[in-house]
Amino acid sequence: MRRERVPIVVVVPAAIGAAFFILPLVGLVVRSPWRDAVTALTAPETIEALKLSLVASLSATGIGLILGVPLAWVYARVEFPGRDLLRALTTLPMVLPPVVGGIALLLAFGRRGLFGSWLDTTFGITLPFTTAGVVMAETFVAMPFLILTVEAGLRSMDRRYEEAARALGASRWRVFTRVTLPLIGPSLFAGAVLCWARALGEFGATITFAGNFPGVTQTMPLAVYLLLETNQEASFILSLVLLLISLLFLVVLRHRWLGSA
Amino acid sequence: MRSRISLSIVAIAFIAACGNGGGTASTSPSSTSLSGYISVFAAASLMASFDALGTSFHKANPGVGVNLDYAGTPTLVTQIEQGAPADVFASADTTNMDKLTADGFTTGASRVFAHNQLEIVVAPGNPKGITGLADLARRGLIYISEGPTVPAGKYSLQALATAGVKVTPKSLETSVTAVISKIELGEADAGIVYTTDVIAAGSKVQGVPIPAADNVIATYPIVAVKGTKSSAAASAFIDYVLSGAGQSTLATFGFLPAS
Repeated sequence: MRRERVPIVVVVPAAIGAAFFILPLVGLVVRSPWRDAVTALTAPETIEALKLSLVASLSATGIGLILGVPLAWVYARVEFPGRDLLRALTTLPMVLPPVVGGIALLLAFGRRGLFGSWLDTTFGITLPFTTAGVVMAETFVAMPFLILTVEAGLRSMDRRYEEAARALGASRWRVFTRVTLPLIGPSLFAGAVLCWARALGEFGATITFAGNFPGVTQTMPLAVYLLLETNQEASFILSLVLLLISLLFLVVLRHRWLGSA
Repeated sequence: MRSRISLSIVAIAFIAACGNGGGTASTSPSSTSLSGYISVFAAASLMASFDALGTSFHKANPGVGVNLDYAGTPTLVTQIEQGAPADVFASADTTNMDKLTADGFTTGASRVFAHNQLEIVVAPGNPKGITGLADLARRGLIYISEGPTVPAGKYSLQALATAGVKVTPKSLETSVTAVISKIELGEADAGIVYTTDVIAAGSKVQGVPIPAADNVIATYPIVAVKGTKSSAAASAFIDYVLSGAGQSTLATFGFLPAS
């Protein structure tokens, strides 16, 4: 294939755009005290926070898949009045400041919340200050990314494959699992990764709704934020760890799921 | 959290007008009156009192725009050390002030402008019947604290240790305001904050006094930040906080006098 020269009007802003993301990362890498890396990484608080972050963000992604894919399917395939409004409402957390999201969660699911007070009096369950609360806060903020991505995938797929399968006598469930899901695989994957990444970095809703306690609700972003005030160098290292884990997941999973594109 | 007092646009326009003057004579009405724009970074527990101080200072010095920025003291120290444009820093403890001074970010010695003490904060009507620090360790009671880096959190630990009470908080919040808002929302039953926070929150929460023997007296120092472009206005603000008028404003919010 003949290589065409890339126009300069594209190259310059593209390079500035890339540099805008890369320079802050370079700043982190350069300013991190690598000699203290091992101490910072093996500290029990770090391992606790990392474990909690992974468990909570993967749980949030799992819940996102279980609840978000059907919701995306409804948005893409079912015509009903108020659909646009409902879609807007369920994707609001994307633009809502996460702290406000956390307050909203407290008002609904807190100990005195609309639904939370019922949970408390009936089952003795309180969600704030628990790991379940962390998962809820992360799901609330991250699931919209999955819903929108999967809906776009469902809308852009060629529905004739589904119709052909139906005509050949496959049940609706079989069509969904054998035809629809594989066809939207890439958007499902992209949506799940976006959801997971957003959940992993979640801060505002988590600290507002679930609070902050090591081993229970203190995820990596919270630990990093608090360390920034006592031990900046350690917080840089932890940020880099978070960054490397995400990068690793993204590269490895992308390769495995999508092949080398 | 930010609250802007005065029209910053007016202040900026004023600065711009002065700047245009260049070498020519100043066009301001009086050559002795202060002008400019100062950013005051103050501990979260100073919010209500500094809003009032900022307003009255601006009334006395209409040429100076005051921008107030509140956060937990350690957050403010981090922001200033990372180059945030602060002109005045008001800390809720001496440790953080000493750190900023040691790192070379202050001008001259800091001055103590107020003291504060601790109180237990509970929901209005004190539904859990909390009478003292020992009650915080009660089973099933949700006690939350500020993190140990926040001055109020550090003092809380001191007070609990003095009283010999062992209690693990459910959460380590990042500021006194976060603790109060969770008490207000009913998510937690008790916390330890400053007397002034309980007063500022009004009827939304209630305070339970801590006996003097266990209590901790917090010291609030204030300083001009190094590199301020409005050093005259910054030191005028500090003088105002320490003046009779400033001290009586602070007293109405429950602060103990500087000396």
